[in-house]
Amino acid sequence: MYDIAIIGAGPAGLTAGIYGKRANKKVIAFEKLTAGGQIINTSKINNYPVTPGITGPEFGQALSKQAEDLGVEIEYSEVAHIDNNHDYFSIVTEDGNYTAKTIIIATGTEPRKLGLEHEDEFTGKGISYCATCDGAFYKDKVVAVNGGGNSALHEALYLSDIASKVYLIHRRDEFRASDDIVEKVKAKENIELVFGANITELAGDKKLSSITLDTGRTLEIDGLFVSIGRIPNASKLIDDLTIVDDDYVDAGEDCKTNISGVFVAGDVREKELRQLVTATSDGAIAATAAIKYISANS
Amino acid sequence: MTIIEGTKENFDTEVLKADVPVLVDFNAEWCPPCQALHPILEELAEEGGNFKIVAVDIDDQDELAEEYEVSSIPCLVVFSGGEETERKVGLQPKKRLQKMLGVK
Repeated sequence: MYDIAIIGAGPAGLTAGIYGKRANKKVIAFEKLTAGGQIINTSKINNYPVTPGITGPEFGQALSKQAEDLGVEIEYSEVAHIDNNHDYFSIVTEDGNYTAKTIIIATGTEPRKLGLEHEDEFTGKGISYCATCDGAFYKDKVVAVNGGGNSALHEALYLSDIASKVYLIHRRDEFRASDDIVEKVKAKENIELVFGANITELAGDKKLSSITLDTGRTLEIDGLFVSIGRIPNASKLIDDLTIVDDDYVDAGEDCKTNISGVFVAGDVREKELRQLVTATSDGAIAATAAIKYISANS
Repeated sequence: MTIIEGTKENFDTEVLKADVPVLVDFNAEWCPPCQALHPILEELAEEGGNFKIVAVDIDDQDELAEEYEVSSIPCLVVFSGGEETERKVGLQPKKRLQKMLGVK
């Protein structure tokens, strides 16, 4: 039986692991993709103390090495479900079952999809969720960005230096982004703003070639970059967990959920600011709370 | 085994005419998830098995990238007997790569 089972080996989960191991607890972290979490998609991290300019992959690798060197076991399996047995938990994964006294949910978020027909089929064939990964394929081509937040506008700006034309499609009539970036986007001659529109249809033969909007307009494009926010997926992990809004786990700064022995850390927690530094902070708080819970219940 | 650098000159012999399944990793230096994938591929190569791994830098080998219609990276394509048998876009966990190659 593990003292602490962490679901998700990103910055929040692995920081929790480090705190757990330093308190001599037996700790396992489950990861479905790769240690490091969402941060591995970032080219350069400039807002985390002490390490300006470190790349996301470097950060993820250094963090997982630190955790593993301390003795955190990282198991690369997707957790299907957690059963609450009241004095301990069973973690059901695709590769086997585990038991633990406490759980820390640190599953983060993933890109929200459009939810349209052919979306999966065209992913990697014209549809992308990462402009910095795939922008280079669209040199002198026509692309569209869907979204109206800071990330979408950053992507449109980035792409406007590569592509010949960028449509920026947003369902509202104004952006939800900081003023300076909105000004920059408006100043770009090859960005066309398409307000008050939703994409309703994706079309193409083998790869995406056009999109249709609910305004009736059809745009001939070579690439579509989807940047309509991120979603957590925590509610199915364990029964009776209180979630709010779009599936975020309801917990305050103490990282305690409504279930005794279950804690939550990082982007999956309902909170104001989702950043690397708030994720690692949550990890420390959740692990400390889990350690206290174990002492009080043994 | 080591990861082979794929070029348009050696693609035919190293990939299409290979007698074992080949995992081709279309990548670029500036792509963060490609960097994160790299140590996973190295681990797979080190453990070895009845397969090969070929890495294609899409900046140096833009003709190959175009020929295989790669427009998102990392793009992982398995070739078996000269035919493409499976393709996954984006970072993949080691277990899924092993499954793609029929290892374990």
